[in-house]
Amino acid sequence: MSEVMVQATDVHKSYGSHEVLKGITLEVKRGEVLCLVGPSGSGKSTFLRCINHLERINSGRLMVDGSLIGYREHNGKLYELKPSEASAQRVGIGMVFQKFNLFPHLNALDNVISGLVRVKKIDKATAEKEGKELLERVGLADKFQHFPAHLSGGQQQRVAIARSLAMKPKLMLFDEPTSALDPELVGEVLDVMKNLASSGMTMIVVTHEMGFAREVADSLVFMDGGVVVESGDPKQVLANPQQERTKSFLSKVI
Amino acid sequence: MPQPKKQSIEAVPLRHPYRVAVALFLGLCLIAFVVDAAHRSAYDWQAFGKYLFDPRVLKSALVTLELTFAAMFFAIILGITFAVMRRSPNPIFQSVSWLFIWIFRGTPVYVQLVFWGLLSTIYHSVFIGIPDLHFHHFYLGVHIALSQNTSLFWIAVIGLSLNEAAYMAEIVRAGLLSVDSGQEEAAASLGMSWWTTMRYIVIPQAMRIIIPPTGNEIISMLKTTSLVTAVPLVTDLYARTRDISDETYNPIPLLLVACAWYLFFTTILMIGQYFLEKRYARGHRPMIASAS
Repeated sequence: MSEVMVQATDVHKSYGSHEVLKGITLEVKRGEVLCLVGPSGSGKSTFLRCINHLERINSGRLMVDGSLIGYREHNGKLYELKPSEASAQRVGIGMVFQKFNLFPHLNALDNVISGLVRVKKIDKATAEKEGKELLERVGLADKFQHFPAHLSGGQQQRVAIARSLAMKPKLMLFDEPTSALDPELVGEVLDVMKNLASSGMTMIVVTHEMGFAREVADSLVFMDGGVVVESGDPKQVLANPQQERTKSFLSKVI
Repeated sequence: MPQPKKQSIEAVPLRHPYRVAVALFLGLCLIAFVVDAAHRSAYDWQAFGKYLFDPRVLKSALVTLELTFAAMFFAIILGITFAVMRRSPNPIFQSVSWLFIWIFRGTPVYVQLVFWGLLSTIYHSVFIGIPDLHFHHFYLGVHIALSQNTSLFWIAVIGLSLNEAAYMAEIVRAGLLSVDSGQEEAAASLGMSWWTTMRYIVIPQAMRIIIPPTGNEIISMLKTTSLVTAVPLVTDLYARTRDISDETYNPIPLLLVACAWYLFFTTILMIGQYFLEKRYARGHRPMIASAS
């Protein structure tokens, strides 16, 4: 078991001629929480989506827990994985989206167990038992039967987190998990994420919540224009940024 | 201080005198038409009454219903298949689907039905297997003879359903497109395969969009079956009533008989559609109750 959970080396990504990621290199150790911050269009969400191969990278190396994501290396060349192999990799990587993306035709419990039943093929009774435990863990013990339309944004996002956790991932990716929430609902989601972090989950969080970054993250990476501008201990980067771009960005958001 | 006297305000809704006048005028026109039609000998209501429940007519009405539902059954299955193929990441599937829709939506259904009727004169038999490879008289493959005796009913069903499948594919495609792409991403991030995502996440959500226009298509199909005479299938409602009138030299009452039956079936389908739409249009409320 390697110490490094995520290892990105010179990751490039373009949409046509527009280069979104211009060589990202970073590392996340097992059990660490990394916060990715930066202005919109800086490529932080794209990078996150590359980590579970929702986006295809153009060059570089992206490893999760020692295995290359989306590709197989053979004789110095990268061969793209078959869809079934890419799906198998995604099982171990949980992802939480800005807009929750709960399945609206399923109730909270069925959302949580959808991966267990449809991917891991666990029988429904066992899956429901696990699903109920997870919903209790995110504070939604009384909402099993509720459909997403009848839940608040904060509750929906907590269901979404439980849905990802059901697959027992070794890594959790959060793509601006609180950006679509009313301000008074942000706290309940961040609390769940804090608990998750303290339980030892490895997490990469794209966020604008600097308080969360300062309090929970082990490291902070500031991205702009498709490159890592600055990274380090969140308290130090936030209090005493070294780069001009970091300073001007932080002065606007804090 | 003296209390101001409580006075209720009478709210007079806006009057619509012209609407009333137009409605009265149209009502009178309708009554005049009905009274006139009731006495006009060309309509021959006695013959209408005589043939409305004629066993030949009833049997042909049943054939029309069978044609409608058989054709729609295959059209819906094929339509879903082609719509899903169109969205598949496989370019071969995409192209096949595009070609099918292009041809079958781009030519008139009447012409297509004539073509299917002539199929047995174009291709005398269909051979599936390896050609020119045989031992004595055993071919490696299957010979399907297309004789003139092939059921005209099923030729009509094939013709109608292939044409309708092209329209159903577009309806299903619109339904699939209405599902937010975030749904597929969420499913993918759970490790679901493309087909699992379609089957359990996208298609169930698309049904809300697909069902109402499909009801329309069934009603439309009911009337399109009157074209199967192009095959030529002559056992359906319209062809049968025309046959009868060819003997009686009295076409108008039999046309009315056919219309009455078409209208009757359409009305029943409209009622069914009303309830289906009500069920699937409940805001964004969950449409599928969970078993748990």
